[in-house]
Parts: sequence; C-alpha cells; structure tokens
Amino acid sequence: MKNSVLKTILSEQQLALTVKRLAHQILENNLQLADTVIIGLQPRGVFLSDRIVQELKAIVSPELVQYGKLDITFYRDDVRKSLHIANHTDIPFSISNKKVVLIDDVLYTGRTIRAALDALLDFGRPSKVSLCVLVDRRFNRELPIQPDYAGKVIDTIISQKVKVNWKEKDGGDEVVLI
Amino acid sequence: MKLSTKHLLGIKDLNREDIELILSTAQQFKEVLQRPVKKVPSLRDVTIVNLFYENSTRTRMSFELAERRLSADVLNFAASSSSSAKGETLLDTVNNILSMKVDMVVMRHSASGAPHFLAKHIPAAIVNAGDGINEHPTQALLDAYSMQEKLGKLEGLKVAIIGDIMHSRVALSNMYLLKKMGAEIMVAGPPTLIPKYIAEALGVRVEFNLKKALQWCDVANVLRIQLERQNQPLFSSLREYNLAYGIKRKVLESLGKDIVIMHPGPINRGVELDSDVADGPYSIILNQVENGVAVRMAVLYLLVDRES
Repeated sequence: MKNSVLKTILSEQQLALTVKRLAHQILENNLQLADTVIIGLQPRGVFLSDRIVQELKAIVSPELVQYGKLDITFYRDDVRKSLHIANHTDIPFSISNKKVVLIDDVLYTGRTIRAALDALLDFGRPSKVSLCVLVDRRFNRELPIQPDYAGKVIDTIISQKVKVNWKEKDGGDEVVLI
Repeated sequence: MKLSTKHLLGIKDLNREDIELILSTAQQFKEVLQRPVKKVPSLRDVTIVNLFYENSTRTRMSFELAERRLSADVLNFAASSSSSAKGETLLDTVNNILSMKVDMVVMRHSASGAPHFLAKHIPAAIVNAGDGINEHPTQALLDAYSMQEKLGKLEGLKVAIIGDIMHSRVALSNMYLLKKMGAEIMVAGPPTLIPKYIAEALGVRVEFNLKKALQWCDVANVLRIQLERQNQPLFSSLREYNLAYGIKRKVLESLGKDIVIMHPGPINRGVELDSDVADGPYSIILNQVENGVAVRMAVLYLLVDRES
C-alpha cells in the first residue's frame, strides 16, 4: 500500500487533533449531549466513531454518551451488482425524537449516507440527523448530501482513492491519497 | 466472498466456507428482525415463487416471511389447488411461472431429486425446501445456527439425531452439515428406522439405546416419526415407540448434565417427545422456528442473481 501513496492528507498527530476537534464541535452543537446519540457506520466509520466517543467520554460523564453502530449493507442501491457481506448492527436504544450524529470516515459519492438514512428510519424517527466525516471529497458527490462536521475537505479526482488507516486495523493512524 | 453454488439444493454441495457465510449473514438478519421495522429493501426488485408440492406450515410460512422481510415479491403455489391436479408436468408448471419473470424458486416436493432436476432445466436460482427423503438444507442450517447460538460453537459438539433416521431429510442434511463443521454425530433409534450401512457411509456413531445416546450428547435433535412415508409398520405401536424412544423429562433429569433438545416440528406429542420436554427448559424448539426466518433470509440474500 505504501508504494502507491501520492500524498499524506493527515499525519498521525493531525488525525488525533482532528478527532478532538470533531468531538468538540459535536459537543458545541449538542450541549451535554442531551437527547443526542452517536451512530458509527460499519465497517470503517466505526474506527472514527470509537475515537470520537472516547473523546466525548473524557469531557462529559460517560453514561451520557449513547453510542451505536449501524451497518447499511442491506440498504445499498447496488445489491444486485455484487455481493456485499454484512457487518453487525448494534443500536441498543431508541432513536425516536433523538438528535442522531452519523459518523463515517470518508464522504465520497454520498450513496452510503443515503442508505444509512433509510436504515436509520427503520429504528425510529429521529428529531434531527447530522453527518460527521473525517474526510470530505467534495467534488465527487452523486447525491445532494453534505456533511455538518468535516475533519478535512479535499479535492480529488475519481481515479484517486482516499485511505484512512487506523492503528487497531491497519497498523498506524494516517489519512493518505493513493 | 460468495457462495460456491448457484442453487441451494442440499448441504452436500456446500463447503465449510459457504456454511459459515450463511450462518454469519443470518446473524445480521436476526438483528434486523429485532428492529421496530423488521424489513430491509435488499430484494425489492426480485420475485420469488414458493412451489409447494407437499404440505407444509412452518417451512412455507418461514420462507414467505423471509422473502417479505427482504422486500421481495412473493408468489405462492400449492400443488393441491393448481393445474398439477390436471396433469401438468413439473417442468411445464415451472416454465410457465418463470415466463412471468420470476427470479427464484423455493421448492418442496415429495420426490427426492426434484429440485436437482429443475436446476438442470431452468435458469432461475432454486432453493430446496425439502425433497422426499433426501435433503432439507435450510432446516439443517437453522438447526446449526440454533446450536451455535445456544452453545457457542459447532466444532467438537456432540449431536445425537434421534428417531426416524430412515425417512428423514432433516437427518441427512443435519449429518452432512455437522460433519462439515467438525461436530461429532450419533444417530439413535430402533434398528428398523436406521439405515444399515449409515455408520460406514456417513461416518456417524449408531446407538440403539436411547439413554446411552442422551448420556453421550450435548444436543439431541429429535425427529418426527413420519408415518406418511412408511409403507409397512416399522415398529409395533406409537405407544411402544414412546416407551423405548420417547424423550421423557425423568430421563433428562437423571443424566446429571444439561443437554439441549431440538425438534424440526411438527411434534407428535407423547410419541417422540413428551409435552413437558417439548415445553420445558431443555427445549430450544421455538428458537429454532424464530431463527428459521433469519437463516432463510440469509440464503435468499446470498443466492440472488448478481451481475458479477
């Protein structure tokens, strides 16, 4: 993987600071996290949501942080194109009338978020849904979806790929363009 | 990763990876079934026909529910109320149905091999919902799922299959599956209901003494006595069968360990299973039924025709 890296978008230190900033921004808009729930998207958004939740728990009392994981495989719009293997969904609380913060690593075409919004509605009717991503590839959207919190906004072409690496999965924390 | 087969005709054709993929996907569908809206849009452009040439309550309803939970369009066909009664052949019936743009066929038939025959002649994906005395693959998958859910593993598990082994497609599918997943298998029942060369052919233990079988096993999968498939009496009376091979609470309590009791249904109460066992703490029979929907959703989801 290393050999095809075009550019480092976020170094380990930058990524750590960005995660902290996103956590603070979420808190700024959802003081004390009253009626707010955090939902990380499987599989790779969960690494980011794990970190953000960890930050939030360091600031507010941990029991105020309601945290779930959502898998959108069964809601994809390309089910008949190729087989996608599902991951586990775990939302052990009601999201009805809650403010949901959806978390994913990279916002690209917007199709994952479209599916996530559909999936979310099957769990109840949230009062508001906002979107938090680590990287926003802003010129590649195929649907009218924009993030409310973005760690880094970048301009890329379709042939490029943004890879977010996490210590627990990929051996190190960084975001690279390949 | 995907299944190695286009159809689900029998567990015989699956490999261990296929079984693991189905079981892990079923686990995700089981979570879907706990949601306020127990439905996903995955197969909303798919039409499935349930072709039942043999009576069924559980399996047909379970498949239909699985299909609807996946948002598929569902057609139901029961041979008793159809043109088969007028003499139309199986292949003609299916081809007529397929010309109405049906994508998948779920089929139960009293003739062993009927779905295999169909698979050779039609382009749609076929799921065997039980063929004669051959296989009932989704039952074996949901049995395995339920065992794994209850006991945490299949590898090394000691499973006794008890009763009418001779006429049971559930038994055969279960044996194929458990073997592939590394479980140990024993079949138990009266000698007249156990095929003579089964130990050599399938690599299973054979036991004619019920108590010994129960002492050996972690799980007892108790089969229904299938009087409709017996041309001649193979035991003297149902009462005598119950005395020798019926599972009784007293016996379970004397084992000095907990075992899990399973049954594919429908139960002949007071024959192979006493009521206080079927409804008692050892039984996971209703969990099996619940898991059946999730397992069938997984099978349909994984088998649906895809571009790549």
